[in-house]
Amino acid sequence: MKTSLRLGLIALLSAPILAGTALAQSAIRIGLAEDPDVLDPTLARTYVGRIVFSSICDKLFDIDEKLAVVPQLALGHETSADGKTVTIKLRPGVKFHDGEALDAEAAKYSLDRHRTMQGSFRRGELSQVDAVEVVDPLTIRIVLKTPFSPLIAQLTDRAGMMVSPKAAKEAGDRFGQKPVCAGPYKFVERVQQDRIVVERFADYWDKANVSIDKITYVPIADSTVRLANLKSGQLDLIERALATDLKDIRASRGLKVATAYELGYQGLTINVGKGEAAKGPLGSDARVRQALEAAIDREALVQVVFNGEFKPGNQWVNPDNAFYQKSIPVTKRDIAKAKKLLADAGVKLPVPVDLMVPNNPETRQLAEVMQAMAAEAGFDIKIRVTEFATSLKEAEAGNYQAYILAWSGRTDPDGNIHSFASTGAPNNYSAYSSAEVDAALNDARTKNAMADRMAAYQKAASQLAKDLPIVYLYHRLVIIAHRDRLEGYRQMPDGLVRVVGLKVKG
Amino acid sequence: MFALIARRLLQLVPTVIIVSMMIFGLQQLLPGDPATIMAGEERDPEVIEEIRKQYRLDQPIPLQYIYWIKGVMSGDLGESMRLKEPVSRLVAQKLPVTLQLATMAMLIAILIGVPAGIISAVKKGTFWDYLVNIISLWGISTPNFWLGILMIFLFSVHLGWLPASGYVSPFEDPWQSLKTTIMPAFVLGNSIAGVLMRHTRAAMLQALSSDYVRTARAKGLGEKRVILAHAMRNALTPVITLGALEFGTLLSGAVLTEQIFTIPGFGKLIVDAVFNRDYAVVQGVVLVTSATYIVLNLLADIGYILVNPRLRA
Repeated sequence: MKTSLRLGLIALLSAPILAGTALAQSAIRIGLAEDPDVLDPTLARTYVGRIVFSSICDKLFDIDEKLAVVPQLALGHETSADGKTVTIKLRPGVKFHDGEALDAEAAKYSLDRHRTMQGSFRRGELSQVDAVEVVDPLTIRIVLKTPFSPLIAQLTDRAGMMVSPKAAKEAGDRFGQKPVCAGPYKFVERVQQDRIVVERFADYWDKANVSIDKITYVPIADSTVRLANLKSGQLDLIERALATDLKDIRASRGLKVATAYELGYQGLTINVGKGEAAKGPLGSDARVRQALEAAIDREALVQVVFNGEFKPGNQWVNPDNAFYQKSIPVTKRDIAKAKKLLADAGVKLPVPVDLMVPNNPETRQLAEVMQAMAAEAGFDIKIRVTEFATSLKEAEAGNYQAYILAWSGRTDPDGNIHSFASTGAPNNYSAYSSAEVDAALNDARTKNAMADRMAAYQKAASQLAKDLPIVYLYHRLVIIAHRDRLEGYRQMPDGLVRVVGLKVKG
Repeated sequence: MFALIARRLLQLVPTVIIVSMMIFGLQQLLPGDPATIMAGEERDPEVIEEIRKQYRLDQPIPLQYIYWIKGVMSGDLGESMRLKEPVSRLVAQKLPVTLQLATMAMLIAILIGVPAGIISAVKKGTFWDYLVNIISLWGISTPNFWLGILMIFLFSVHLGWLPASGYVSPFEDPWQSLKTTIMPAFVLGNSIAGVLMRHTRAAMLQALSSDYVRTARAKGLGEKRVILAHAMRNALTPVITLGALEFGTLLSGAVLTEQIFTIPGFGKLIVDAVFNRDYAVVQGVVLVTSATYIVLNLLADIGYILVNPRLRA
């Protein structure tokens, strides 16, 4: 009797506690390295913004751990034999946060908005699209001007994000203040530079895999402070932890790390064709650029500046990428070769180089190490530390000889090279121009089969390795650190933080 | 006295106009095109040209100024290019935060700096004087960011007493608000306290050696009364000026501290805006800060009159 009474009491007392746990809202806080820009997938530009989008705006397609395209809001796609039409089947029963249905009309609206809206930064990504047609309520057909194999990869990012036509029409260019999409989380509020709050969307198409009720994104620019916040439990996850903090994070109890090599690269862009600066020995003679490359020890660079955590690289994709040309491997440092190349070029030693360096501690250190390495071969690198926005302006005007410039990377290799090496392309700061490279890069765009594309890129890569308008240096490691109460975190190669499948333990 | 205040108010008008021109003109000197910087990695020349048109960046600078000032007159500070939000809304979001932080910092600075200055002046040459001097020198010479990070490691990471970052409005939760702002306010107040202390000490020493203090003592007044009612009242004039100036600086200059404690105030807003060449935001924030600065100076002038009746004439 006594025992049962005691048990009953325990049951009675614990009932509210149990109920409390069942009802408790699970919430996590994610630390971002910057404050995102406008939260409108059509107008957005920043990498950090894409992290927030991954919780509020689903895309037609997504990528998996191996960088393969997988369906998200679409069920699949089919490209016509001539490569000029792509038919996309949509997932049935998908709703936007405002309850509107995601059908073919809505998908057409979103794609057309990306293509035509004033100030749209998606226009370039979809520039090969001629028209979007509604085939049936759950099928759209994309008609292309010319075959364009990177299209589906574009649709795994912002260009593939679907917005509620009703909300977008009402809000116009203020849509970003309260985005209404079809992602796992609904936008709740934003206080600039303080927080972005999202809550679980009850009608999400994959709701079984969403268990956390609320996510708050907090921008904290200083990486030391971001890490301190994670350690103190103020944050549950931080993005872009420093490579130099990795040892400390791994040694900290209660913290876990997830990493992936970035899709982009860090490189040394060399002015080969713009203005007076390009007329120096470095810009005018490919042998001098080859000498500079031979003088740089990428392995040592990565060891000294980034504790060996980054991956040395010599192409626009990292050595693990399927599009990496294995026939053109990363070469070892060879001072004798560098000296010989300079002698062959017949240039006066030391070769002066004006190196423009965006102002942050890591790139400054990188520049100093390269300066010392190149000096041994006969280069006299003068480091010019410049504020980032100013450096872009200088690069555009051709007021530099070499420039340390990183690229965040795109899913399809086309996004890492076409705009950088094609004649007259917007990101071609080198002012490089080669008919063979142009032809090869355009060719790769029109081919769909992997082998064909590889063959085209092989041509471009071997020419670019000789001409060196960009000396690729290394690929950064995207480091995400989180508390161990967070389970189910999977790192994708694009470095973004996906929240579907995340769980809070206990 | 009212005439004096009215005259000062009238002087405000040309000051604000000149300031607005300077804000507009100076930032045009920054290299880099806002539309290009805004585009970042998405460098589509056609879109960049469109944005330049949309924000009238393709028009002559004097014309751009006229458009802006016309908007300002009607209460429209423009729109942030980067965030697509009205600048007035951003200012309204941040101003209370910065004001709260600045007021708390100033309070801490005054509570530490003024009594410390008085003590060290009165006890000149003693152990207390040296102690206070050492502490104030420490306060002045400690970099804010270093002290901030140190405090985060001690109070947030190790002891877990205070949140490392973030901000809660006092209207939402006063206790939590105090907890989130006390560290940054202390960091800011600490450096000002040192400056205030040294100025108070110097002013007090001068006052204590003046004739009227000797007279007061000769009249047989108690030491407490001599110090507090006679010497201190006169010594406070330069301290008020300094306090007002420091407060003004706090409104725009808490950049590093706000960055470290992730306080969403003016400092962070303006730094981000400068690096992104978000002109409308820079202009709006600097205009509001300078207007506040000017008003604070006016208040300081009124403050002198209140403590020093000789200025009332």
